[in-house]
Amino acid sequence: MKKMNTLKVGQELFFSGIIYTARDQAHKRLAEAIKAGKRLPIELKGAIIYYCGPTQTPKGKVIGSCGPTTSSRMDEFTPLLLKSGLKGMIGKGNRSQEVKKAIKKYKGIYFVTYAGCGALLNKYVKNVKKIAYGDLGPEAILKLEVKDFPLIVAIDVNGRSVYGQD
Amino acid sequence: MKKIKAVQITKAVMELVKRANFSLRKDVWTALRKAYVGEKNSRAKNILKAVLDNTAYAKKENLAICQDTGMPIVFVQLGQNLKIFGNLKAAINKGIEAGYKKYCLRNSIVADPLLRGKSGFSPGIVHLDVVLGDKMKITLLPKGFGCENKSQLKMFKPTCGIEEIKKFIIDTVKNAGADACPPYVIGVGIGGTADYASLLAKKALLKKLTTYSLQLTTIQQLEKDLLLAINRLNIGPMGLGGQTTALAVNVLTYPTHIAGLPVAVNISCHALRSASIIL
Repeated sequence: MKKMNTLKVGQELFFSGIIYTARDQAHKRLAEAIKAGKRLPIELKGAIIYYCGPTQTPKGKVIGSCGPTTSSRMDEFTPLLLKSGLKGMIGKGNRSQEVKKAIKKYKGIYFVTYAGCGALLNKYVKNVKKIAYGDLGPEAILKLEVKDFPLIVAIDVNGRSVYGQD
Repeated sequence: MKKIKAVQITKAVMELVKRANFSLRKDVWTALRKAYVGEKNSRAKNILKAVLDNTAYAKKENLAICQDTGMPIVFVQLGQNLKIFGNLKAAINKGIEAGYKKYCLRNSIVADPLLRGKSGFSPGIVHLDVVLGDKMKITLLPKGFGCENKSQLKMFKPTCGIEEIKKFIIDTVKNAGADACPPYVIGVGIGGTADYASLLAKKALLKKLTTYSLQLTTIQQLEKDLLLAINRLNIGPMGLGGQTTALAVNVLTYPTHIAGLPVAVNISCHALRSASIIL
C-alpha cells in the first residue's frame, strides 16, 4: 500500500492483487450503511474498488466481459468512502473537484483502465467471488483476484490529475 | 402476400444479438485501424491498439466487446405487403431475451425507471417504419449508456447560423470529454421535432462511416468540418490526449417547421455495435 503513495500521475502499471467491483447502486448502499453506522460487507480500509458490472459468465470462464464504467456517476459517494478508508478506485473518465480534494486529503488514488475493452480485460481476472448485494445482479459486489491488470494513474495521492485542471 | 412467422423473427433477432455484441462493425473497425495508423501521440496509439486487440479477442473468445451490452434498440423496416403471423414486438423482445441469455451478455434493463429493482435483459426499444415491398429489415443497435448519457437536444431559433449549431455539437463532445469512451462516433439529427431530431441522431449512428470523396454535399461538408474541429479538441482515446477524439460525424436531416430548428446529438463510444438482417 505504501507503494501506491509513490505512484505519479500518468504512470502506467500492472496491478496484481484484490479489487472489489462496485458501481451505482452498490455505492448508494455502502454510503447509506456508513451513514447509519452499520457494518459494511467489505473492509473498506485499504481496499480498491473497480467501477465495473460484468456480463454474465460464459461456461469455462471465471468472468465475462468486464471493463470499467463511467466514474463520475460515483462522485457523490466517493468522498465518504475515502473518509472511511477506501484507498483506490479504478474506472474511466474524469472526477469532480470534490473527489480530487478528497483523494488528496485522505491519500487515495484513482486509476483508469482500458475503456470499452471489456473482453480484453477478462484475461487479467483469475478468480471471482460474490461478496454482497447479489440481488443487484451485475451491480453486485464481487471480489476479483487480478494479475497484471493494466492501470494508468489518473489522480495521484497528491490530487494531481492526468486530465489537468478544470 | 408474403408471409412470415413470429418465430422466424425471434430467431433472426437472436442471431443479431450475437453478431452485434461479438463482432465489431467492419466500417468501425476500419476507422479505428486508420486512426491507429495515423495517431502520433504514443499513449493514444497504445490505447487504440488495445481497442483493436479487444475486438479481436472478443470475436475469438465469444465475449462481449464491451460489458455494457446496452439498451437493445431495434429498427424495423417493415414492407407493407408482408403478413406477420404472431406478435411482432413480442417476437423481437423474445429474441432479445433469449439471445442475451444464451450469449451471456448483461442484464442491464430495469423494468421501472424510478423504482429500479432487479435488472433483466429486455425489453428493448422498437422503432417501426413501414416501407414499400414485402421484406423486413431488422437492425439491432445495442447502445451503451456511458455514451447515451451524454446525449443533448437543443431547440434553435430558425434564424440561427450554422456556426451556432456547430458550436453546440462541439460543446456536446467537449462535455462528454473522457467519460464516454472516446474516440466517439457522433450522430447528429437536424430538423423535424424534438423527438424526431433525437431519433435521427440515433439513426445517424447506423450510417456507414466513410471517407469522403472530392465532391461533397452540404451535409458531407458539415460532417467533415465538424470532424476536423472535434479532432482538434485533443481529448483523444480515453481522454488522455491525441488527435483521435472522433472517428466520424454522421448527420441526418429532415424537414422542419418555420418556427424552429431542432438539433440533437447522440454520442457513441468507439464500440459502436450494430447488425442487420433482411427477412
